[in-house]
Amino acid sequence: MNAQRLLKSMMSVALLVLISTMSFAQEKVITTSGTVTDSKSGVGIPGISVTVKGTTNGTTTNSEGNFTLKVPAGSILTFTSVGFKDIEQAAEDGALFIAMEASSSNLNEIVVVGYSTVRKKDLTGSVTTVTAKDFQTGNIQSPDQLIAGKVAGVQITPNGGAPGAGSTIRIRGGSSITASNDPLIVIDGVPVDGGIAGSPNALTLINPNDIESFNILKDASATAIYGSRASNGVIIITTKKGKKGTPQWNFGTSLIVASPDYRVNVLKTDEYKKIINERGTPADIAKMGTASTDWQDQIYQTALGTDNNLSVSGALGNMPYRISGGYLNQDGILRTGNLQRITGALNLSPRLLNNHLRVDLNLKASNSKSTFADEGAIGTAIRFDPTQPVRTDKQEYGGFFEWKDAGSTSGLNTLAPNNPVGLLEQRDDRSNVNRFIGNIQLDYKFHFLPELRANLNVGGDLSKGTGTIKIPPTAASQLRGGRAGTNNEYRQENENKLLEFYLNYATDLKRLNSRIDVMAGYSYQDFKTSNFFFNDRLFDGSDNPATPDPVFDVDYPQYTLISYFGRLNYTLANKYLLTATVRSDGSSRFSEENRWGTFPSVALAWKIIEEDFMAGNKVFSDLKLRVGYGVTGQQDIGDRYAYIPRYSQAQLGTSYWFGPTTNLFPIFLPNAYNADLRWEETGQFNVGVDFGFADNKITGSLEYFHKKSKDLLFEVPIPVGSNFSNELVANIGELRVDGVELTLNFTPIRTEKSRLDLNFNATYLDREITEIRGDADPSFKGIQVGGIAGGTGNNIQILSTGYSPNAFYVYKQVYNQDGRPIEGLYEDINRDGIINQDDRYQYKKPDADIFLGFTAQYSINKFSTGFVARANLGNYVYNNVFSERGVYRQVIDPLGYLQNSVPNLLQTNFFNNQYFSDYYVQNASFLRMDNINFGYDFGNVFGKKTSLRATANIQNAFVITNYEGIDPEVQGIDNQYYPRPRTYTLGLNLGF
Amino acid sequence: MKKIKSGSIAMLVSMLALWSCHKDLDRFPTNDITAEVVYKDIAGYTGVATKVYSSLALTGSFGPGSTDLAGIDAGTSDFLRLWWKAQTLSTDEAVVAWNDPGIQDFHSMNWGSTNPMLTGLYNRCMYIVSIANEFLRESTPEKLSARGITGADATLVNSYRSELRFIRAYQYWVLMDLFGNPPFITEDDRVGLTAPKQIKRADLFTYIENELKAVENEMGAPRTLPYGRADRAAAWALLSRVYLNAHIYNGGTPRYTDCITYSKRVIDAGYTLVPNYALLFLADNHRNTSENIFTIQYDGLNTQNYGGTTFIIHAQIVDGQTGVQFGVNGGWSGIRSTKNLPDLFPDNTGAADSRMIFFTGNPKEITAVSDAKQGWPSAKFKNLTSTGAAGKDPSGTFVDTDFPAFRLAEMYLNAAEAQLRGGTGITGGQALSYVNMVRRRAYRNDPTGDFTTLSLDEMIKERGRELHWEGLRRTDLIRFNLFTSGAYLWPWKGGIANGTGVAAFRTLYPIPAADLSANPNLVQNPNY
Repeated sequence: MNAQRLLKSMMSVALLVLISTMSFAQEKVITTSGTVTDSKSGVGIPGISVTVKGTTNGTTTNSEGNFTLKVPAGSILTFTSVGFKDIEQAAEDGALFIAMEASSSNLNEIVVVGYSTVRKKDLTGSVTTVTAKDFQTGNIQSPDQLIAGKVAGVQITPNGGAPGAGSTIRIRGGSSITASNDPLIVIDGVPVDGGIAGSPNALTLINPNDIESFNILKDASATAIYGSRASNGVIIITTKKGKKGTPQWNFGTSLIVASPDYRVNVLKTDEYKKIINERGTPADIAKMGTASTDWQDQIYQTALGTDNNLSVSGALGNMPYRISGGYLNQDGILRTGNLQRITGALNLSPRLLNNHLRVDLNLKASNSKSTFADEGAIGTAIRFDPTQPVRTDKQEYGGFFEWKDAGSTSGLNTLAPNNPVGLLEQRDDRSNVNRFIGNIQLDYKFHFLPELRANLNVGGDLSKGTGTIKIPPTAASQLRGGRAGTNNEYRQENENKLLEFYLNYATDLKRLNSRIDVMAGYSYQDFKTSNFFFNDRLFDGSDNPATPDPVFDVDYPQYTLISYFGRLNYTLANKYLLTATVRSDGSSRFSEENRWGTFPSVALAWKIIEEDFMAGNKVFSDLKLRVGYGVTGQQDIGDRYAYIPRYSQAQLGTSYWFGPTTNLFPIFLPNAYNADLRWEETGQFNVGVDFGFADNKITGSLEYFHKKSKDLLFEVPIPVGSNFSNELVANIGELRVDGVELTLNFTPIRTEKSRLDLNFNATYLDREITEIRGDADPSFKGIQVGGIAGGTGNNIQILSTGYSPNAFYVYKQVYNQDGRPIEGLYEDINRDGIINQDDRYQYKKPDADIFLGFTAQYSINKFSTGFVARANLGNYVYNNVFSERGVYRQVIDPLGYLQNSVPNLLQTNFFNNQYFSDYYVQNASFLRMDNINFGYDFGNVFGKKTSLRATANIQNAFVITNYEGIDPEVQGIDNQYYPRPRTYTLGLNLGF
Repeated sequence: MKKIKSGSIAMLVSMLALWSCHKDLDRFPTNDITAEVVYKDIAGYTGVATKVYSSLALTGSFGPGSTDLAGIDAGTSDFLRLWWKAQTLSTDEAVVAWNDPGIQDFHSMNWGSTNPMLTGLYNRCMYIVSIANEFLRESTPEKLSARGITGADATLVNSYRSELRFIRAYQYWVLMDLFGNPPFITEDDRVGLTAPKQIKRADLFTYIENELKAVENEMGAPRTLPYGRADRAAAWALLSRVYLNAHIYNGGTPRYTDCITYSKRVIDAGYTLVPNYALLFLADNHRNTSENIFTIQYDGLNTQNYGGTTFIIHAQIVDGQTGVQFGVNGGWSGIRSTKNLPDLFPDNTGAADSRMIFFTGNPKEITAVSDAKQGWPSAKFKNLTSTGAAGKDPSGTFVDTDFPAFRLAEMYLNAAEAQLRGGTGITGGQALSYVNMVRRRAYRNDPTGDFTTLSLDEMIKERGRELHWEGLRRTDLIRFNLFTSGAYLWPWKGGIANGTGVAAFRTLYPIPAADLSANPNLVQNPNY
């Protein structure tokens, strides 16, 4: 609170100063000012020295790249900086735009950090920048996939192969357990949040082609300025902006062919028939059909898609602009699925008030229409009897073959799986999602005090998703549930608002050979969701009499964050850098007593290469040491009101009545609550070395970090009877994460005509729950998580003290002399003479110990080629497909139908399901060839001003792994995974 | 330019105003309400009281897939399903084919402290206790008068208070009977994260006894309240059950005379046996108020969940039977009786004893528990009405059949057994006539089924015939010292096809490990 008060009063004073100066500001004719930008990225460059040629009169650009200098008319200005080619330019009365070209090394890359930019060489924290030239290429539907495998410490794991499916993003392994482990994503200054009903993934609503760069803030000294939402790292996405000059048009189109090449290996029809004939009763054998159907062939298809983008960028006077539009149309490899997305973006960045006022307007709008295939077909295709035909010659059930039971109400076997093709073809599930993200940022440089800037950022993120699901009454899935079809709609809306303001003061302290840069700011964010509830309807649109109507039409969960923040950058002799930040956050998720959290950080960097003693060295071309420590906070738990004692009204249908006639009362129930909830805190220590050898032909960094999260917002068993539940989110437990990251960039060939760039990154991660409760009873092994298919309520994972989160919790399988698992025989782990639940133990974990990324890109003359590969080592998967399907009991199901199995059955010969055997926990280390690309520049084929480039890509080209399931990247439990296709993309890009 | 300046100034000034304001951090959910709003009128009190009642039947209050508990499959988390399994699957009455976590432990009698079913039951009972406490805290005379609840409304609230104290005592009886020494909380404890104290089984016995005696006269007179609410006969019936087993709970002091006293209060309160045994377990059994003392209510449209009688009826339908025969959409192929249960009856057809309602189409012997085509399931619970119509839910998923938690026949058997064991208050002749009233109904008024004398051996068999699948078997077998010992075996007892005795400590279930870890005040039951 003290820090908060201090910041608040500082800012109030500053604001008053600002208002008074603005009122009295007048232009001086002998003032020249301007912006120095990076010629590549268009982002302002700080710290550029600007001098009047032949004098010592000069200044340096501020953190936005702006400068102001009083000069005699007709002067020549010199712009110089290490890492950039020098520029000379005549001074003008008014604004200058200077674009500086970087020299060979990447040390002058502009890195976007919270509320500021710095040059890479001046970074004190752990921040990685990936710009458009290094993005993954090919068919990229969701922006997160642009940087898969590109950044040490960042894992981008695709959530399957559905059109537009996003990824799970983990930066340095995630700092929480029950609370969110997703990083904060800030797009052009607007933090974006959460998903929306009807969209496969929130980021899919952003067109990847509009993105200029990703800046990934990894350690706490970099992220603490975002305090409240920064524990899992921050990803700052900057979209492309307009550049001065004649309008540049760009048109890109690509044809996408997605091939369903990865399947679950199931028994061949003959193998399957053999089992039924050997083991079945005559009645079972009679149930077999005469067909030979490959059900996976029936549900998957080679899917086509096209992605088209048109953009124009230029400047109208002092107003650079960029306008773009995109259209993506992609079928799913699971038949009937489709995504169509239309995106539009507008960026305006006018410079006003003689370059004292910068305005940045960013508007992004998108519409996506999805048709969702019934993913239940994936699981049923694996198990559906291969001797049955897809269709029968009868009209019933839409003409599809289904398992019958004359004794049931519907005539169908109630528990048998639905025909997978019927599931796909009889479901019509469409959504329509609109999203709008916009912000305007005003950056004012004070007329009388150009070292002082005020920055105001107002933005919003609005989205609305609607959809309908229709299934005809003839569908077996409907008849089995005893309902006359489905015709249901859903709707959700998000309205997130942002207001941020900060003041920045930067000046050189020449006498001290120092530079100081101070910033203080305020942020208000509000997140409001509208969930609409609809009646359950039958296919003809009438209300389903079996389902009671919802009590409420709509619910508006909302939460608000208010923050005060400040930063000090101090540079001494251009060698020693200090960054200190503090942020005070208030969250509506906590009670007034616990609402505010203060999150400080400090980082030091030493540019060893600038020291005199390094002057003559031939080995290093760069050497910098960074050390930082910071604390970040976490409040993102699902329930937005978890601290408030409150009552809810029950739904109809779960009512209770008294008396001989139906006499229903609205039920009220007290909710469990934890009035003492407070911020989860993560302290993170980071030490890193940045290095360059051989004139920076080899550059890289090596980092070690140690994270400790305490007061984890952890859903744990509470003393039963103390509250209105047996588990509650409480600030209990600790999590430790240690890691090492290595990044190496090597450019062995760098000539006029050809260039070879190699990038390698490696990350070692070790996560461990160090405490769940202080007074743990030894018989308490932990909190079971990770529900699996098969049985009811079976969990295969556990959160245990001393183990990695989500370790598998299994019995220890006993094997016979031939190395085959003996059915039902497990080790008596606790040696008490009986085998029961208490003999399960923690075995392996889904997280990889090490993950690696390799990128190689080669160009010679007009031709280029490259690849991106990723590897994970030490990650394990519970093969739920094997454990559920790979037993004889499931082939000849006691419930009156037959099902296919997997070849693993022939190895185990298990009759009954052995869900908890550690036999099914399999090593899923892998190497995946993510992307192989080729490109050719045709050059000016249609005239001088045009350029044409053709590209070809193969994504998900191959996977090397010992894992026997469908994909080693299924993240823990392998069950009904939408397989990722092998994707071929042909692209043409025309500039004019 | 001037415009821009003044515009900027206005914006900045308005921001100055905005950031001093932190009241936006006070958010409250749209559709939820505070205690003060809930309890502003009688409807709110009724709503919370109904929640306590409904928690016996339902898994949660937000649709059939919801649950009040964490760490357990929603459909498995209701009181009746969990209690029924712990009391039935551990005995000769039933085996289940499924492989749900921990469910086979009941047959093998090797359950441990992490068994999810036992943990769920313990949590469910304590949950019901905690919400009953909440009602009691919010309905004190001071709070009622402060909220202006007076007259008939106040009378109704006071009746609810006594009924919920009964339900709380009922839940504490279950905890005492199964877990022995549970945590103990009353309305005097506050809601938070404070670990409750543990209560010893004998002390809990005294508490339940005193509590039921304290509320019996506060509750409505027998058969005067709307069907489904607990009246004082429910408290008497529970006292009868508690006293019959008193020596198990209190360290060895029998209370058979008290058992007779309270059984007789129920018997004399105007209840009568319904003429046809089968009617007790049908979709319209709420019309059988002449015998039912307290029921757990279900309704296929309004009280939907996957536990309770929906579970019992679906789970007993195996290959060879059809859903139509039971008024539901199909079976779950799970539960069958061991041969010991049908073998209690004189014949397999039910020709003599009408309580012999079993599906006998499959082999009676069970060589594999996981094979639902073996064994004879009881078929007495049905979602058909007395006229043969299916229940209300058109999808055939959720059933209407109420579960008799207490009914008159048990009171006759309790009193007779207590007399046989040395209790006073009725004669041996009366005891015999009580049992024969039950048997006469079973034999369709044919006196050839009457007993001429009573024996304890015949009493435990008679309880099996009359009360099977009603959740009392484990308690009964323990009282007869047949639950763990090798003296009485049934197929798959102790995990062996022919059955085997197990250690005597298994007459108590373990305190769940999760709570032992969360609550440092708890001590585990012996040998776990």
